[in-house]
Amino acid sequence: MAGKVKRDYSLVGESTRIAIETGLASAEWYHTDVPRKTMKELMQRSDSPAIRDTAIWLAAILGSAAGGVYFWGTWWCVPFFLAYGVLYASASDSRWHECGHGTAFRTRWINDVVYQIASFMLMRNPVTWRWSHARHHTDTIIVGRDAEIAVMRPPDLLRTALAFTGILDFRYSLPALVRQAFGKLTPDEKSYVPEMEQHKAVIAARWHIAIYIATIALAVFVHSWIPLVLVGGPRLYGTWHMVLTGLLQHIGLADNVVDHRLNSRTVYMNPISRFIYWNMNYHVEHHMFPMVPYHALPRLHELIKHDLPEPNPSMWHAYREVWPVLLRQLKYEDYFLKRELPPTARPYRGEFHEVNMSAAAE
Amino acid sequence: MADWVEACAVDDVDEEDVIRFDHGGRSFAIYRSPDDEFFATDGFCTHEKAHLADGLVMDDIIECPKHNGRFNYKTGQAKGAPVCVNLQIYPVKVEAGKVMIQIA
Repeated sequence: MAGKVKRDYSLVGESTRIAIETGLASAEWYHTDVPRKTMKELMQRSDSPAIRDTAIWLAAILGSAAGGVYFWGTWWCVPFFLAYGVLYASASDSRWHECGHGTAFRTRWINDVVYQIASFMLMRNPVTWRWSHARHHTDTIIVGRDAEIAVMRPPDLLRTALAFTGILDFRYSLPALVRQAFGKLTPDEKSYVPEMEQHKAVIAARWHIAIYIATIALAVFVHSWIPLVLVGGPRLYGTWHMVLTGLLQHIGLADNVVDHRLNSRTVYMNPISRFIYWNMNYHVEHHMFPMVPYHALPRLHELIKHDLPEPNPSMWHAYREVWPVLLRQLKYEDYFLKRELPPTARPYRGEFHEVNMSAAAE
Repeated sequence: MADWVEACAVDDVDEEDVIRFDHGGRSFAIYRSPDDEFFATDGFCTHEKAHLADGLVMDDIIECPKHNGRFNYKTGQAKGAPVCVNLQIYPVKVEAGKVMIQIA
């Protein structure tokens, strides 16, 4: 739908105006029919799965940290910190996400506590990111509206590759927290954080910065890098799994459509990645029904898969599918991977999914 | 003068659940609490246009299906981001097996 118009990913620019004018903003999205009784069962909250998983997660974090510190100064600390980094900086993303939705635990305050801890681990302002994620669900991959489009078009492949190291995200996240701590929100942030909530973003940023200052002070005081390797540092060396799994959510698929089957991807993954990722590999299902907790997503998938595109059987398969699309988008940014719905599926507003691909073949 | 309008039969709403009721160009949500009491609110979330009848009722909370915003459906109170504006509530009574709501 974007035609030859260059995409403007700011949230207050030309693409924003177009999205609002064409009805892409705050649109009615497709939902597969699920009987109310069944959906009620799927939506039911329970503390026990998330308490079990959180206990395992925290125990693994503490265990790997203890091993890393114990073996500090020898090569034996490396595997412990590799595990610690992923648990700290990748697993926290899915905990942040699920608790932000309020679906992980039935008890609200536990959701909120884990949300705050995970936000800190990720160097994410818990207030601005809550609102940006709400926008992501309202306007998923709508250019000019969605604040969480990971790979914009034309894709910057170097930047995407560097994302696996966490360097770019670190460079963005820490200065953003400092800026917010000084009371400054960008026009984009102001576009999705209501005015009455903006002061909360400033307070949250100040708390995060205070903890980082305390960590640096401790490192100086004890003449050791260990505090920084344990707090903040994992954002550099442990982010790769979050990027590996998270990039696949929407990369290479259509933008500016109002059907999550066309712009989101479900990928079958190994059990370890699914634990770290808390089942967000069922991403079409999550976007279509964000009320369904992570532990019920496999059941939801079985229920509605007849109406969804074929899932990718593995991450490797998904990346092999995406790579040539990214290369083609370098020359022709309107190109995307067109999802085929099964013959039994109900099509929905397919006009948004139509684009002239002939230029891409040249 | 506010009118009492028949919204549904008592049995139309399961316990700890919600249904949609449209009347006079407006949309409402009718709730049946776990204590077998009935309540009514505006149908759409105050955050964005999502109908609460597709949401989840837990005790005295209705959770919006779109962004998981939470309201107390008995008082209309918004319980925190992403909902900041309270929900309009309406008086409800049950007569002869029918749920009636008073619409201003």
